[in-house]
Amino acid sequence: MALDKIGIAKRIAQELQDGWYVNLGIGIPTLVANYIPKGINVEFQSENGILGMGPFPFEGEEDADLINAGKQTVTLLDGASLFDSSMSFAMIRGQHVQLTVLGAMEVSENGDIANWKIPGYMVKGMGGAMDLVASAENIIVAMMHTNKQGESKLLKRCSLPLTGVQCVKKVVTNLAVLEITADGFKLIERAPGVTIEEIKNATEGKLIIDGEIPEMKFD
Amino acid sequence: MINKTVKNVQEALEGLKDGMTLMLGGFGLCGIPENCISEMVKLEVKNLTCISNNAGVDDFGLGLLLQKKQIKKMISSYVGENDEFERQMLSGELEVELIPQGTLAERCRAAGAGIPAFYTPAGYGTEVAEGKEIREFDSKMYVLEHAFKADFAFVKAWKGDTAGNLIFKGTARNFNPMMAMAGKITVAEVEELVEVGQLDPNQIHTPGIFVQRIFQGKDYEKRIEQRTVRSKS
Repeated sequence: MALDKIGIAKRIAQELQDGWYVNLGIGIPTLVANYIPKGINVEFQSENGILGMGPFPFEGEEDADLINAGKQTVTLLDGASLFDSSMSFAMIRGQHVQLTVLGAMEVSENGDIANWKIPGYMVKGMGGAMDLVASAENIIVAMMHTNKQGESKLLKRCSLPLTGVQCVKKVVTNLAVLEITADGFKLIERAPGVTIEEIKNATEGKLIIDGEIPEMKFD
Repeated sequence: MINKTVKNVQEALEGLKDGMTLMLGGFGLCGIPENCISEMVKLEVKNLTCISNNAGVDDFGLGLLLQKKQIKKMISSYVGENDEFERQMLSGELEVELIPQGTLAERCRAAGAGIPAFYTPAGYGTEVAEGKEIREFDSKMYVLEHAFKADFAFVKAWKGDTAGNLIFKGTARNFNPMMAMAGKITVAEVEELVEVGQLDPNQIHTPGIFVQRIFQGKDYEKRIEQRTVRSKS
């Protein structure tokens, strides 16, 4: 069975390491915060100026002056700090944030990512994504393997305007976990019950299958 | 102490003219200069170039100026959530320059800090870098970006004193401090204006030297774009 969005988030949460500062993008990435493994301490950075972001507030406790980068009302955990946009991106560009998780429209086999613009149709802007992908050492993309038309989002070359070049390290989709290597998408794990054939059919870019490919494990 | 107080928003916007370039603080609708924007609508100033992370929503924030077609050009990083904006952009009525959020922040900061340009990795290899100088440092590629210039910067703070010192609250700080540094004339509207000596100098986020005019704002709506909550059970 292919994973749903929550499954993708749960699998990405397994990548978190103790002591990391993590920036989560809008959409599936935001869900990762709900599945932090036991015994792991991480802090979430929101690029509009929070380190130590907490969950949504209880009803009636929303504060218009406390939102995340998706403009949702949030809370602060004990030990949180607040800062301006310039300092926030100093943290990002200065590589003080260990992991960035973001969504994408397309990823190419050399690690290029496109997620901010569909010419003539949708232009919302890149927000902080270009700064994040240009600087982060560890970038994981969370997305569905194919688009609504059933076309692969893991391509030889991105067709949409790029957000960053040769920057994505890992992709977690509803079908698989893949690493970006010098030779292409290296298949690391399959979603439970998903066959290698299904993954091959859904991947346009070069897919490297080396030996037995295990299924993802969930608690 | 130098007194920066003006008596109201009308006096704060004196000298604002058609065709000027403005910076407006805020992230989404959080920390936007609500009073100054309302007054600009009344003044009917036109052909404005606005540097602001976002463009408001259809009926609030910079969306109010867009509705009246007072903006000629927007320089932003993210402009979703605004149908009128999208319509004007796709029809070509509105000029739009989209730039990475960190680059936007740093171009403001640089403007206020006397740095004409800087290199950033953001946007390298994308259309954002087209026509810009590219340079390699320690085998990584960087794009040269220039400081902004702005006739006015409009910022919103939580508390301020008559000397122009500002304290922000929560994530309403965002772009306000670096825009305050960058304006030829910086106007600060605050929820609470106090006498000098009332604010703890240890807690000041923006020193008064960056602020030319300050006034106590009123009727803050502080609209929430995405009200997300969890239940207590």
